[in-house]
Amino acid sequence: MFHREAGVFKTTYAADMSLFPLPVARKAIAVICVLLVAFIPLVCSEYQLSQFNLIFIAVVGALGLNILVGYTGQISIGHGAFMSVGAYTAANLAVRLDLPFWITLPAGGLMAALIGAAVGVPSLRIKGLYLAITTLAAQLIIEWTINHVPFISGGTQVSIPVPKPSLFGFQFETQRELYFLLLLAAGVATIATLNLVRSRLGRAFVAIRDHDIAAEITGIDIFRYKLLAFAISSFYAGVTGVLYTYYLGIANYEQFQIDVSIDFLAMIIIGGLGSVLGPILGAAFVTLLPIFIRGLMQSMGGLLMNENTLAAVIPNLRLTLFGVAIILFLIVEPEGLNRLWRNSRNYFRFWPFSY
Amino acid sequence: MPLPMPADGPLIAERRVAAVCASDQSERYVTPILTVEGLSKRFGGVVAVRDVSLAVPRGSITSIIGPNGAGKTSLLNMISGFYRPSEGRITFEARDISRSRPNQIASLGIGRTFQNIALFGGLTVLDNILLGRHVHMRAGVLKSVIYWGLAAREEIAHRARCEEIIEFLRLQDIRKQPASALPYGLRKRVELGRALAVEPRLLLLDEPMGGMNQEEKENMARFILDVNQEWGVTMLLIEHDMGVVMDISDQVVVLDSGQRIAAGRPADVQADPAVIAAYLGKTR
Repeated sequence: MFHREAGVFKTTYAADMSLFPLPVARKAIAVICVLLVAFIPLVCSEYQLSQFNLIFIAVVGALGLNILVGYTGQISIGHGAFMSVGAYTAANLAVRLDLPFWITLPAGGLMAALIGAAVGVPSLRIKGLYLAITTLAAQLIIEWTINHVPFISGGTQVSIPVPKPSLFGFQFETQRELYFLLLLAAGVATIATLNLVRSRLGRAFVAIRDHDIAAEITGIDIFRYKLLAFAISSFYAGVTGVLYTYYLGIANYEQFQIDVSIDFLAMIIIGGLGSVLGPILGAAFVTLLPIFIRGLMQSMGGLLMNENTLAAVIPNLRLTLFGVAIILFLIVEPEGLNRLWRNSRNYFRFWPFSY
Repeated sequence: MPLPMPADGPLIAERRVAAVCASDQSERYVTPILTVEGLSKRFGGVVAVRDVSLAVPRGSITSIIGPNGAGKTSLLNMISGFYRPSEGRITFEARDISRSRPNQIASLGIGRTFQNIALFGGLTVLDNILLGRHVHMRAGVLKSVIYWGLAAREEIAHRARCEEIIEFLRLQDIRKQPASALPYGLRKRVELGRALAVEPRLLLLDEPMGGMNQEEKENMARFILDVNQEWGVTMLLIEHDMGVVMDISDQVVVLDSGQRIAAGRPADVQADPAVIAAYLGKTR
């Protein structure tokens, strides 16, 4: 109905290749931007904003993981560890050298990119499940190393307190202040990803995913681009780790264990592999699901069971429903929320006519 | 021959004229663009290619024919770098490429299509062809991420090049369709387009007409001749359709059981007793 190509003529390649060629899409994006920047922080409570903040952090990580898994076709179960690399790099730089946020953020990302590229080296020789196992090993090795090397973590089971982030002399203390910082981060990550996947690099990544032999014959150095995908993806993961650490105010190895890696994989699978909108929707879905379940059980669960059982059931229910959600998506809509959105959009393109 | 040009070089249409003019020079058909000397490939005890030598003259269309299992695709795989030769040398434009990687060979100016179509199914026709421009583009990570102003200019310049190929191969109406959704004949054409976008000086075609009907074969034969004559691209192709091979080739090389049994002009090869024996069996 609103989403129509008819009547929109493009006379230059630049217009045809712009991010949002349709005027209606540009308007929709503008509305969403106004909502996010002006409306939501005005009307939402601190608690609701904290949920947004968690989603924004997750968006950065999910976008990054999707570059590797969705676009390049290389599986990683080690992204939780790459996040912890970023987190501890930033925490150590902030505490020991008293470096400001604008240095520790990219530093954490770059360190994670370095480690991520090293973990990606076996990807030239091994594929699929075998690569998944190598990255799983990397997750465990990095986790163990961080926890057991006092130079990095300050000792076993110790957390490092980090100061609140500040930019240009402004200190982000409350959830409302952090909201703007994290919105900026998620926005920059989204735009960077959109640009990346429509450029020469993004096409090379998809080529490796779709047909690695044909990619080589068109002149793509597979090893280089696989490592690059690992590095870029891990950079995003490292930045996610830094943001989360600053958000919480402490760096702790327990925040980046294997379940985090699985959570992020779930986000991109539920959201839709190989798209930019998918990870954003997936990040929101996976972040809000446990909150939604807790709310539902707290209001309705009392009818079914007593309080003690309820307290025990809620965390397990989250894991169960999570698994159910992934299975459902894999069976019903393997291309995830992104495909659902596109299907409904295409339906309304011709509505009220059938074609 | 012109080297891969910068993005702001002359358009393909202009270069076509240049290529046609250049093709009148005596250099054409005389100097080999590719020479293969004593090439062998063994897989364990199996000898796929045994001591094969051939020279592909610049500007020519050379066909490799032979019964199934003769080693044609293995030979092509060695030229394009997927197999390491067990023995022998491959020289492209006076450069030894026997040990080069496929992506290095592609950037030297050798394009290739595959027997079983190898398109990037998730990408559109346009993006498939743009991928062929990969070796001519420069944008790195930072430029790609920032895009506006930096990578955008390059993308648009190369888009213009791709549109010429799209026009040449008459793919205009499907340029935004995903490659996986296309019928067989069109996918073969898109694959040719992607190989052309690399701007190769030598194009290796592995059964470009395999599985096509008569009309599609005629179309493809015309495209091959056009690419060869207007763009000045040397062709080395494997094909089973003898009618097409004899019609369009300047030179035919016959392989049997990994060995070269004949080479020469189509008419000579057709009359060669060794070739007849290989295809039809020996007479007593």
